Amino acid sequence: MTEELDAGMVARTIAESDMLSEPAPGRAEVGAARRRKEDARLVTGRTRWTDNIQLPGMLYVAFLRSPMAHARLTRVDVSGALGLPGVVAAFSGRDLADEQGSLPCAWPVTEDIVIPDHPPMAVDEVRYAGEAVACVVATDRYRAADALEAVEVDYDPLPPVLDMTEALTEGSPKVHEQGNRSFVWKFAAGDIGAAFQDAPVVVERTYVQQRLIPSAMEPRAVVAQSDGDAFTLYSATQIPHILRIMLASVTGIPEHKLRVIAPDVGGGFGSKLQVTAEEVILLLLARRLGKPVKWTESRSEGNLTVHHGRDQLQRISLAAEADGRIRGLKVDLLADMGAYLMLVTPGIPLLGAFMYNGIYKMDAYDFTCTGVFTTKMPTDAYRGAGRPEATYAIERVMDELAHELGLDPVEVRRRNWIRHEEFPYATIAGLTYDSGNYEAATDKALALFGYDKLRAEQADRRERGDHVQLGIGTSTFTEMCGLAPSRVLGSLSYGAGGWEHADVRMLPTGKVEVVTGSSPHGQGHETAWSQIVADALGVPFEDVSVVHGDTAVSHKGMDTYGSRSLVVGGIAVLRACDKVKEKARQIAAHMLEASPDDVEFAEGTFRVRGTDAGKTIQEVALATFAAHDLPDGVEPSLDSSATFDPENFSFPHGTHLCAVEVDTETGGVKIRSYVAVDDVGKVVNPMIVEGQVHGGLAQGIAQALFEEAVYDAEGNLLTTTMADYLLPSAADLPDFVTDRTETPATTNALGVKGVGEAGTIASTPAVVNAVVDALRPYGVHDVPMPCAPERVWRAINGGAA
Amino acid sequence: MTRITVTVDGIAYEEEVEPRLLLVHLLRDRLGLTGTPIGCDTGNCGACTVMLDGRSAKSCSVLAVQADGSDVVTVEGLSADGGGWHPMQRAFHEEHALQCGYCTPGMIIAAIDLLKDDPDPSDDAIRHGLEGNLCRCTGYTNIVRAVRRGARDMSGQDAATATGEGGR
Repeated sequence: MTEELDAGMVARTIAESDMLSEPAPGRAEVGAARRRKEDARLVTGRTRWTDNIQLPGMLYVAFLRSPMAHARLTRVDVSGALGLPGVVAAFSGRDLADEQGSLPCAWPVTEDIVIPDHPPMAVDEVRYAGEAVACVVATDRYRAADALEAVEVDYDPLPPVLDMTEALTEGSPKVHEQGNRSFVWKFAAGDIGAAFQDAPVVVERTYVQQRLIPSAMEPRAVVAQSDGDAFTLYSATQIPHILRIMLASVTGIPEHKLRVIAPDVGGGFGSKLQVTAEEVILLLLARRLGKPVKWTESRSEGNLTVHHGRDQLQRISLAAEADGRIRGLKVDLLADMGAYLMLVTPGIPLLGAFMYNGIYKMDAYDFTCTGVFTTKMPTDAYRGAGRPEATYAIERVMDELAHELGLDPVEVRRRNWIRHEEFPYATIAGLTYDSGNYEAATDKALALFGYDKLRAEQADRRERGDHVQLGIGTSTFTEMCGLAPSRVLGSLSYGAGGWEHADVRMLPTGKVEVVTGSSPHGQGHETAWSQIVADALGVPFEDVSVVHGDTAVSHKGMDTYGSRSLVVGGIAVLRACDKVKEKARQIAAHMLEASPDDVEFAEGTFRVRGTDAGKTIQEVALATFAAHDLPDGVEPSLDSSATFDPENFSFPHGTHLCAVEVDTETGGVKIRSYVAVDDVGKVVNPMIVEGQVHGGLAQGIAQALFEEAVYDAEGNLLTTTMADYLLPSAADLPDFVTDRTETPATTNALGVKGVGEAGTIASTPAVVNAVVDALRPYGVHDVPMPCAPERVWRAINGGAA
Repeated sequence: MTRITVTVDGIAYEEEVEPRLLLVHLLRDRLGLTGTPIGCDTGNCGACTVMLDGRSAKSCSVLAVQADGSDVVTVEGLSADGGGWHPMQRAFHEEHALQCGYCTPGMIIAAIDLLKDDPDPSDDAIRHGLEGNLCRCTGYTNIVRAVRRGARDMSGQDAATATGEGGR
């Protein structure tokens, strides 16, 4: 396909040569598939998970959790636990009511938003099954669990509130006194009335974004330790820096007396972007007892109480011309907040508000989101966070539009998308997409997929009435990444900025330490940041080490989520390197007895222009350390810091194509092939990028086919274990075909866009579009997610799906 | 309390344990072998998989007393003397078959066990053979590649080394 691509666009295919573990001599580190530095400890078990931590005198904490979705607490008596073997202390929510504060919500999205009080342990009322009502501290984890049985609680049942639409009706039971509506947030652009008036085609659909459980493999764990008036908190968190600030404000422990450490963290996917009840309580227990305390959740405890994702009801209407060109789009969203607003709960659906228009041009757009309280676990960020929901709705509706018009789904997208020569493009949702080439990514994906051949096979199977039907699903998506420009976050009422920080330390021996404010938990920053620094400073990849995740070492950061680490944090690293080089140039010039203006830097050496005289950066580092002969007024240090605030989001995009075989007799769906062509801009490490895409695909496909958090009519979570909540295994997923096009971002020095969420955002609609496409001959136009066999079978057989 | 003797990664231990103590808690909390993590409480995820008398077992589903007299090999005991890596550990590194790494110890042990029954498995056999080990990061594509590479690198090796028996 390369020869068909436009000149301004560099098409790449992931060839074997790109996956070499070291760059060829003289070649840049950035772009090489360096094997990861992180792996050495991870494959050998020399890991530092929070639950591994054992401290002298450490005590174990267990929480008693509400078995009821909604009830008044009339009695919580922990006295029975006290005096049991090994039990050191036990507390109810009321015991800690004066010091536990309220868990924070940092994103009050409207002026009149309802943000209810959220005590870490319930005091008067429980509002979801799993909410903590008491805790026990004991000498080992078994005894702590035993003692929970001796805590007595009387619950006075209140009616559960489980359905968002009913929750908003007059007379519904209330989750909070203030009512079940948390906020209404609106966005409008263009004349939506005109767009829909006399529109030749209007497609109206309702989609359910089912509730998901993020399910990072490492369960949450917290260790808290007091040292006089200072505290150290270890947590399996994505956000040590944000956590430090938030815990300081909740507990009153001054920020400078609180150190937060995120050791090795076993995945997050947004679920560890949170300030949790357990983190607050463990700190309070360490303060009260003067002993280190540890809590590690069981998986069933985690399914109940790690924040959930998605759970939205989407009403979407699209008006189009007869030729398929979109006139306008209306979205009316109900977003389930769960029982409380947690760290960024209300902002999650709004991250989607700017993405419903996708990659398409239109004249008008109208968006309304209502945040609704229910008696369920609160929702919050889960991989993609608002953007998968938006992408799902628009990409499903584009297939519906194609069907109504009798057009090929790819063709209807072609007629609407922003052409590559139209960038930068100001979208109807108010963003400016800096770059992209949807034509190139789509052409490449179609060729890899064998689109025409599969369509021919589909026609053949339809004609034969084969009981196994073939379906083809398309998803042409973009996303906003690199969260985020601080000014934009401010305009959206977010509580903080979106910059990132880096320190680069040049050690006397010429080795380099990089301190990053990003907080990786599987992404491979130690490797990728080393590649960036190796190129920037001309030092060997092996001579760079990257430290992170400890606020005593990395004092400043905004942490890792929203595909932001490379786009924001990586650029901060690059800028800090620039400052190191500038300082070193002054000293090198002095050493070379030349003017700094005549000294140039390449591949690790400062040279006087036009001569062979040079000093390596390592020589400069040593001379700076000795400081015997530095220029007047120059400090003896090359160390530098940079804090980078992006001017815009980045906009990765891509075209994903999925072929499924649907057994119309059993409803079974099998993914036959999956092609993902992603454009994430310039690539630092193609191996890591490919891995991120693979993992993202698995999670997006899992939403389409397997996963759903289910509450029963009383508000009990039924999917509390991995036996009930169906995470896909290797046997459930296909081999993925991934490739890339490369349209560099124009808004940062590396041209990078971010890749953490792309696979998840794109894949869910690709799969469901394929399932529905297979079933069009049966008059099926939707199958609710997850498209499990029973639902598919019911859709085919006309039953209520 | 029950007295048990168990050999873990080549070292013999004698321990007094409560009958209800899980093998994985013996390893982690008592013996300090934290390389074997816990991912669930229902035996579904496989993160805690170890070799128990030469076959893979989920150590969250085995009582310490059941391991009395047994030989256990964890991910920490796979490497040969001198810190070299087991071919399967190297294969996981080379093929980028891990991201957060939490499932990796169990996945590696399960993969080694899989090759005992089928030294040259097809991709499909690998996928079904690892069904009891969940990974949330990789989407499995690179894990399948790694097991294929591990199988290739282990074929022709001394059987005891290749299967992770005998510890250090």
